Amino acid sequence: MSSALPAGVERRRFDGRERLATRGDPVYGEPQDDEGWRAWDAGRSKLGAMLEIGMDLGIAGDDGVLYLGAASGTTVSHVADFAGPTYAVEFAPRPTRDLVGVAESRPNLFPLLKDAREPETYAHVVESDLDCLIQDVATRGQATVALRNREFLAPDGRLLAAFKARSEDVLSDPAEVFDDVLAELRAGYEILETQRLDRFHDDHLAVVAEPRPEGSE
Amino acid sequence: MSDQRPESAGWFVDVDPGDLDAGAAAIYDRTAEHPRDWPAEAVRAGFAADEADYYDALHEATLAATREAVQERERSDDKQLTHAVRAMDDAERTANELAERLAEWAGTFDRDVPGGVDGAREVAAWTPETPAEERVVSLAERVVDLDDERAELRSFVESHAPDVAPNLAEMAGPVLAARLLSLAGGLESLAKKPAGTVQVLGAEDALFAHLRGRGSSPKHGVIFTHEYVRGTHPDQRGSAARAFAGKLAIAARIDYYSGEFKQSVHDDLTDRMATIREREVCQ
Repeated sequence: MSSALPAGVERRRFDGRERLATRGDPVYGEPQDDEGWRAWDAGRSKLGAMLEIGMDLGIAGDDGVLYLGAASGTTVSHVADFAGPTYAVEFAPRPTRDLVGVAESRPNLFPLLKDAREPETYAHVVESDLDCLIQDVATRGQATVALRNREFLAPDGRLLAAFKARSEDVLSDPAEVFDDVLAELRAGYEILETQRLDRFHDDHLAVVAEPRPEGSE
Repeated sequence: MSDQRPESAGWFVDVDPGDLDAGAAAIYDRTAEHPRDWPAEAVRAGFAADEADYYDALHEATLAATREAVQERERSDDKQLTHAVRAMDDAERTANELAERLAEWAGTFDRDVPGGVDGAREVAAWTPETPAEERVVSLAERVVDLDDERAELRSFVESHAPDVAPNLAEMAGPVLAARLLSLAGGLESLAKKPAGTVQVLGAEDALFAHLRGRGSSPKHGVIFTHEYVRGTHPDQRGSAARAFAGKLAIAARIDYYSGEFKQSVHDDLTDRMATIREREVCQ
């Protein structure tokens, strides 16, 4: 449980319990302490859960990040607190309205109302050679989304994805769905680690992967 | 602006650094084949003094552009929902009409055909033996297709209504929520209607007959389809419709002005309906 946290993320005590925390403006009513740290709720954030269960995410403070499926900005607000330039893509207008609010006090957070399945609609805004691609999209074809957005990653960058079984197929066994997703993902990524997030999020598989050099899509 | 930009040009190309509107427009109007090192290119092109300066400009432009894009999409999303629910009703009505004609026709072939879309599904499975039967079976297939489309439209409405109006969809159910939006002409105008109008949306004929001095005023319009109204004893239906419409009007306003889901308004309505229904038991 003690794998290194990225700079800017710490374990702090809130109400007598050790929790992950970052420093920034509060967003969703999370507990704060006097020094400006706010708790990062692993139950509401898949990336938070990945850190909490001790996966080696290989991210560092000040990394450039593309976040797909930012929703109303709960997780991406924490990412922007410790990372460098953070591009947040979300497809649904309602949560994006909140995301814009979250970005107002974070000069390194760039909200975009775009479809993650169509990277050409934001490739003129999002820079290349990013350190980290975080993906949490609830759509069918999650592996395809990861492959299409691989071009934003630096050769030594990381894909941190939470795949939701029920978005691919409601009826099949999640384990089978995950096998298919991983098989598709291998076309463009080297998979470094996978973990089920069931403790925090039902039927989600967390994946850490690295882009394959010149892999075929 | 010229359309002669290379296929992979950054959003800032041909944009005056001081012109926020142009920058914002470029973010949503343009595309690029592949990403590049935009901060460095922007500095090289003289758009920004350094990378920090570039990120400041990007932050400002994405905030303004995305804020506007959200508004535009939200405005158009309630229109999509309106069209979908109207198309759903059209598909249902047309399928039923054709199914009636079909049942009449199929009945001449000495087979027992139930009416409605179920009957059409049976007929569609026949193996036609004569040219006339061929036509009947083909018509039945159209009815079945139309009914399948109705079901697809319904599930579209059910999955999109909560995005457009989360509180209204929770309170009224997604289909009734879409009908109310459709009758009012969008979320904005529904949010601006008084509760009394919401109560009789869909009962315009009865309302105008009443205003011309014929008949009593309608107690409810399309909200009658909801269990809160239909499932209440007729003596109390007016009260139920009034209470329900009042909360629906509030839900629509929350959806339009804040967009946040608010549990308390739903709890309030549940309590109020329980009180009204207790009354009828006592009588």
